[in-house]
Amino acid sequence: MNSRNRSGLLLGPGVLILVLSAGAVLAQAVAQPLPPGSPLLGRPDTEEAKRLAPIAPPPIPTAADKLPLDKLKAPKDFKIEVFMANVANARQMSVGERGTVFVGSRLVGKVHAVVTRDGKRELKLIASGLHRPNGVAVHDGALYIAELSRISRIDHIEDQLDAPPAPTLVYDDLPKDEAHGWKFIGFGPDGKLYVPVGQPCNNCLPPPTHGQIRRLNVDASGVEVVARGVRNSVGFDWHPVTKELYFTDNGRDWLSEDVPEDKLNRVTKTGEHFGVPYCYQGNIADPEFGWGHSCSEFTPPVALMGPHSASLGMRFYTGSMFPSEYKNAIFVARHGSWNRTKKVGGDIVVVKLNPDGSVHSVEPFITGFIQDNNYVGRPVDVVFLKDGSMLISDDFNGAIYRVSYSAGAGTAH
Amino acid sequence: MLRAPIRGLLALALIGLASRSLGAPPIEERLGACLACHGAGGQSANPKVPSLGGQHAPYLVIQLFLFREKLRQAVPMNDNTKDLGDAELQKIADLLATMPAPKALSDPADPARIARARRLVTSNRCDVCHGADLSGRDTIPRIAAQREDYLAQTLHAYKSNARPGYDASMAEVLQPVSDADIDDLAYFLARAR
Repeated sequence: MNSRNRSGLLLGPGVLILVLSAGAVLAQAVAQPLPPGSPLLGRPDTEEAKRLAPIAPPPIPTAADKLPLDKLKAPKDFKIEVFMANVANARQMSVGERGTVFVGSRLVGKVHAVVTRDGKRELKLIASGLHRPNGVAVHDGALYIAELSRISRIDHIEDQLDAPPAPTLVYDDLPKDEAHGWKFIGFGPDGKLYVPVGQPCNNCLPPPTHGQIRRLNVDASGVEVVARGVRNSVGFDWHPVTKELYFTDNGRDWLSEDVPEDKLNRVTKTGEHFGVPYCYQGNIADPEFGWGHSCSEFTPPVALMGPHSASLGMRFYTGSMFPSEYKNAIFVARHGSWNRTKKVGGDIVVVKLNPDGSVHSVEPFITGFIQDNNYVGRPVDVVFLKDGSMLISDDFNGAIYRVSYSAGAGTAH
Repeated sequence: MLRAPIRGLLALALIGLASRSLGAPPIEERLGACLACHGAGGQSANPKVPSLGGQHAPYLVIQLFLFREKLRQAVPMNDNTKDLGDAELQKIADLLATMPAPKALSDPADPARIARARRLVTSNRCDVCHGADLSGRDTIPRIAAQREDYLAQTLHAYKSNARPGYDASMAEVLQPVSDADIDDLAYFLARAR
């Protein structure tokens, strides 16, 4: 495994030993037990750490002329532009057969669509008043919307963008926990709908209904668990050649500044266990739940994605616009950390694979969402348009950016 | 002591007046309606109606937005916000934030209950986000000296998911807190200075 995160941190055995002893000291220092669901579990009692709390994005989108376009950096010959502003709290995206871009939200209850007609882009409201409709996926002409505990659908969506009907229920046999309850969804090469159910806590022993990715048929039959030991996956996609499922997973909070790192996982056997909450990042036994377990019991990650970096939406690149080095590589949106003094993430990284599906490298692609340890934007998801260009959603600004490539175009912002 | 904030409030109201769209009720008229229930001095005398003085504008904008979008349910507030634009939400929040913070209850408090609640504040790390003096910051609300009945109602509603909150963090931290402990927290916070 050759994995390196953006800050250049390389994880070796020495680091691991230090971390384990720090974890033991930390466990002793916490005098009063925190409730099992608390995101503050394991928070050290220091002034620096006390300033760390989840960062809520504003509900009102940033005006188009105030978007941080001049702060974002791309490789040579790539260009970044604003694709659409005023998409409040833009989260997961999915592209319809006719090019409509559907966009979910986590905090504002809305699903939007960006429609291009006669070369003109328009923003349309598809649904509102929903409960955390983070997930959207288009399949066989229908738009699937994943709320906290309910998946619903609007058939023939691209025929009725001006007056979409209310979505109809597909599946709601899902827990109602708010913690890690919002969902990224997708359809596999098997035509099944894949639905994650996160851990209802920072770090706890989950009931058998949680901490997994499951799949089901579009009529909600044949529900089957595909991956266990998953803490909170908010992004996945299938390898274009091997058809194997790859997914990102967010590591736990409050263990330390530098570990555990978020993960990129690969499913090679249906139902295999990826370690949470017993083992994090493939080689750290959890100080609380790791006793009696060894990390060797669980499937290790194929790449480490940075500590607390919030690696979320990810897709394989199969387009023809970008240079050939990006063919079948994975682009990952790192939303950025909150549980770390010096923020990491806030970028798009590209994961290049070896022919056997293992990871060759993790490299920065679009950077600049963190300025002076503050967010000027937070990327959530990436999708590709038919022309091969990339879209990036930003839930902090409520915006979607487009990244295109043109040989000889020069250095872009 | 009240003069400076009120002067600021008037100045902001005038800015609001200058930029308001034609035909809509002036922003200071809107604010008058807010204060009729929430208290003209920033301190509410109405049961289960929160004091808004010194509350942080980013938090207030979020709540006004949730009311407008009916993502947080409260009949008068859903009605009162339904025709407000984003800029008006921001102006109202900015004006309310300049009002003086409410004063803590000064009745003879039950020391055992206060001590119990202080332990809960520490063990549940309320002070980590809301601050050592529980005055909040940015999107995290001031909870010190808030009305006890409103605090208890709100915390119970977070726990039961009746009020999911903006980003679910309060629902998460309150799951394991007992109803009796929630009442102790509200008792203490209303008296926290």
